[in-house]
Amino acid sequence: MTLYLQLFLEFFKAGLFAVGGGMATLPFLYDIATRTGWFTHTQLADMIAVSESTPGPIGVNTATYAGFLSKGVSGAVVATAGLITPSIIVILLIAAFLQAFRDNKYVNGAFYGLRPASAAMITAAGLVVARVTFLSGAVGWAVQWKAVALAAVLFLLTNVVAGTKKLHPIVWIALSAVAGVAFQF
Amino acid sequence: MLKKLAGLFVTFAKVGAMTFGGGYAMLPILQREVVENKGWATEEELADYFAIGQCTPGVIAVNTATFIGRRQCGIPGGIAATLGVVFPSLVIISLLAGVIQAFSELRWVKHAFAGIRVSVCVLIFNAVVKLFRKAIIDVPTATLYVVILLGAVLLKCSPAVFVVGAALCGIVLQVLSRREGVSA
Repeated sequence: MTLYLQLFLEFFKAGLFAVGGGMATLPFLYDIATRTGWFTHTQLADMIAVSESTPGPIGVNTATYAGFLSKGVSGAVVATAGLITPSIIVILLIAAFLQAFRDNKYVNGAFYGLRPASAAMITAAGLVVARVTFLSGAVGWAVQWKAVALAAVLFLLTNVVAGTKKLHPIVWIALSAVAGVAFQF
Repeated sequence: MLKKLAGLFVTFAKVGAMTFGGGYAMLPILQREVVENKGWATEEELADYFAIGQCTPGVIAVNTATFIGRRQCGIPGGIAATLGVVFPSLVIISLLAGVIQAFSELRWVKHAFAGIRVSVCVLIFNAVVKLFRKAIIDVPTATLYVVILLGAVLLKCSPAVFVVGAALCGIVLQVLSRREGVSA
């Protein structure tokens, strides 16, 4: 019982203090590994690779895996619950505040500035993924031509070709997984 | 009420299951499922939620789910949507946990994910274009976009800095433009 409580509290702390998305939880997870010995730093590094190659938010995936390593499925549930509880509380409070001040000119002004900021930060994150995808390689900045070709095809299919433009994003994800295996990306 | 909560849970479970590579990769899926299919939020609101998610604690996917769920169905809605978005992770990771290292080292898994990353890039690009049209509406917003993009690429500081800075700029610009409007 105390282990569950401890698991919940440790991941609650990670969820409360990690600001800026999934990757921000990593330093907290390393700290948990050092102090509790529930999992090792090596396991954590593997876990990050795996989290990137399974669906779902990376922060949630790593918490689930860390919880699982320490106490099986119930540990996974408790750790994940701990991680998301602070978010739920904080966001519910902010949402209530926003609803109350919806027509306030300062709140509107803040969003006028926040929207381009949001677009810019998502662009920056996309550039990081693009760098790894198109310019990675054993040596330096080798251009990955297969990836560039696939991207060009996907771009045309999602923006130009009328019949395929409206297909669900998961279709493209599945197709590119198949292409990755077939053409040895 | 229960039906609506179940709907939130299922939709966000779908979003969680289809998101590969973290919070930003969720944007194209959210645009399709939540904005276009369900009409639960607009493009602008989605951008707002992402911005707020950047400077509040926790995982962005969870923050966004809580926001949208709460708007649809109050506090229970926020909780249902959040449980939905984490549910696939719980199931998949628990199932794979035993073989997880072996799994991620399989050759074909690596190839498949190298392929998936390409579509994630294209989908994020398309999502940003959509967002751009709604967010960059005049010279000040275009300037903010360029400055923050450069800052995010070149500087290694916390996104919270950009978010707080952009919000303050927005307030100042909005107040100034209203003054001008009054005096003119």
